[in-house]
Amino acid sequence: MNIVVAIKHIPSIADDVPVKGNNVDFDSVDFVLNEWDEHSIEQAVLIKEAVGGTVTVIGVDLIGELDNALHLALAKGADKVVKITADDPAADSHMQAKWLSEAIKGMGANMVFAGVQASNDLDGQIGPMIAAYLDMPYIGGVSSVEANSDSATVNKEFAGGAGAKYSVSMPFVAGVQAAPKPPRYAPVSKVRQMAQSATVEKVAPSGDASSGLTFKKMAPPVVTGHAEMIEGSSKEVAAKIVELLKSKGLA
Amino acid sequence: MSNDILVITEHMDGKFSDVSFELVGKAKELAKALGGQAAAVVVGGGVDANVFASDSTIQVDDAALSQFNPEAYAKVVEALVKEKSPKVVMFGWTVTGMDIAAWLSARLGVPCAAYAKDVRVEGGGIVVSCQAYGGKLTAEVAPEGETAIVACLAGSFPAEAGQGATAAEKIASPVDLSGLKMKFIEMVKPAGGDVDITAQTKLVSVGRGIGGKENIELAEELAAKLGAVVSASRPVVDAGWLPRTRQVGKSGLKVKPKLYLMLGISGAPEHLEGMKGAELIIAINTDKKAPIFNVAHYGATADLFEVAEAMLELL
Ligand SMILES: Cc1cc2nc3c(=O)[nH]c(=O)nc-3n(C[C@H](O)[C@H](O)[C@H](O)COP(=O)(O)OP(=O)(O)OC[C@H]3O[C@@H](n4cnc5c(N)ncnc54)[C@H](O)[C@@H]3O)c2cc1C
Ligand SMILES: Nc1ncnc2c1ncn2[C@@H]1O[C@H](COP(=O)(O)O)[C@@H](O)[C@H]1O
Repeated sequence: MNIVVAIKHIPSIADDVPVKGNNVDFDSVDFVLNEWDEHSIEQAVLIKEAVGGTVTVIGVDLIGELDNALHLALAKGADKVVKITADDPAADSHMQAKWLSEAIKGMGANMVFAGVQASNDLDGQIGPMIAAYLDMPYIGGVSSVEANSDSATVNKEFAGGAGAKYSVSMPFVAGVQAAPKPPRYAPVSKVRQMAQSATVEKVAPSGDASSGLTFKKMAPPVVTGHAEMIEGSSKEVAAKIVELLKSKGLA
Repeated sequence: MSNDILVITEHMDGKFSDVSFELVGKAKELAKALGGQAAAVVVGGGVDANVFASDSTIQVDDAALSQFNPEAYAKVVEALVKEKSPKVVMFGWTVTGMDIAAWLSARLGVPCAAYAKDVRVEGGGIVVSCQAYGGKLTAEVAPEGETAIVACLAGSFPAEAGQGATAAEKIASPVDLSGLKMKFIEMVKPAGGDVDITAQTKLVSVGRGIGGKENIELAEELAAKLGAVVSASRPVVDAGWLPRTRQVGKSGLKVKPKLYLMLGISGAPEHLEGMKGAELIIAINTDKKAPIFNVAHYGATADLFEVAEAMLELL
């Protein structure tokens, strides 16, 4: 089984997201691995453990710092890592999807996994676009994949814990929402070892596409309301909340 | 090319989701401003499609479309968009709309603005406001070209404006649906046996800030004191700290309790979709810029553990 997993480095949203001009100020944010990519790596490695095969992890290196994420992927069980050397944090999703699909084309993938979404950009998902460019079917919101010989049984989530099972013939692209198990932890020592011994294959970006969207503005949301903030120490906050709940007959 | 708007509706178990009505309502407003028509598209036969306030409704009836099938639905929508070349194609940015909107964008080489919260007409074209960075930023984008795809978050527009009784025109599939690579096998129903969080009047909801499975107990204790039940954001469930039945949000359950006390939840758009209708929302978060504070009624920039412990002493 040949599985390709696309991973993405994104600006961390744990802190402020600074804006410069009409886009994020990419120089002053930390980049982290998109959380759904941890799940798609896990899903790929689980399949490899079940039926054998190769897991190749690929990403567009937007800021020249993707190696860390790739080493992490190796420590979690990936066999091969590839980076597309773009060095353009503002490349739009269509462009990136095009580069990725050109690079994935020759890999003989039975399955391509992408995270169901990344929490940064807005013009959609790279997974479905890779599927469109590679002329493969796409299924998103995926919470488990079991590989058979030339097809897979895929569980897609709907809302409220409901879902549906599909049989999908290979090759296809899946947007992973969650692996059947929480993503495994890779010890720092193992990541370091990978950083010293592993080779990251480099591919130049090839192909061209555009999102066709003009950014007019990027700014913090216009806030229509704001919570009434309860000030004070944690004890005071607790007391005020309890008082509030009592006054409303909720405690 | 036309000035029409095509709304791709969605339904399950014979019922349309609210977002379909929300989109139709908005499409009517946009079509009026653009001088076009708003058409609703219903893919699949097993639902009464005469329920929209659209100018027209098309229902594509084919046995291969009786259950949601991302591949089949995508092909049908692609064929309709090619045939009608509308100005705007509207999807819900939902677990089904997400499968198709961006795919169609790449297939047709037309722009797609996802995560949309608002759409307005400006200078004969549209401008879309989209949420980005987990709700911390808003981007305004203008699509180029003759057709644009807009995928809107559920709950962005009022549903009433889209409700009506336009008679649907039934058509056969515009594309050959034999030889699909994707086959629907069966529905998987949610696991039963747990409490129903949608039926609770009070919820204590925990997010990733709760830090680990061992801390769920604290939330359980607090909930017990308040006569509440513990619910959660998605990462808590994905980590296996609570069962799926407790998840609130886009891919979880929609709740509308009298009290929604949030401990360590940032307020991502996908979470808000499930709880913003709660009567009293109180959020405890250490990040004073957490987007949840734009939605909650009361908030405190504080450590959830300290506040929860202190509340336990007082209750
Ligand atoms: C298709 C799709 C569907 C989704 N469906 C859902 C869904 O149904 N429900 C859902 O919830 N999410 C859903 N998500 C995920 C969603 O995008 C967010 O990732 C998620 O809601 C974030 O959960 P969180 O707020 O608990 O975690 P985070 O965003 O990581 O926030 C944790 C918060 O805890 C705070 N914190 C940390 N420590 C403390 C402390 N000691 N005291 C107080 N505060 C603290 C932090 O400041 C932070 O704000 C979905 C995503 C996708 C792509
Ligand atoms: N630059 C990138 N390199 C590799 N994969 C990517 C890249 N951008 C997005 N992806 C994949 O597409 C998924 C969805 O991202 P997005 O379309 O940006 O919301 C991610 O989880 C990745 O799997």
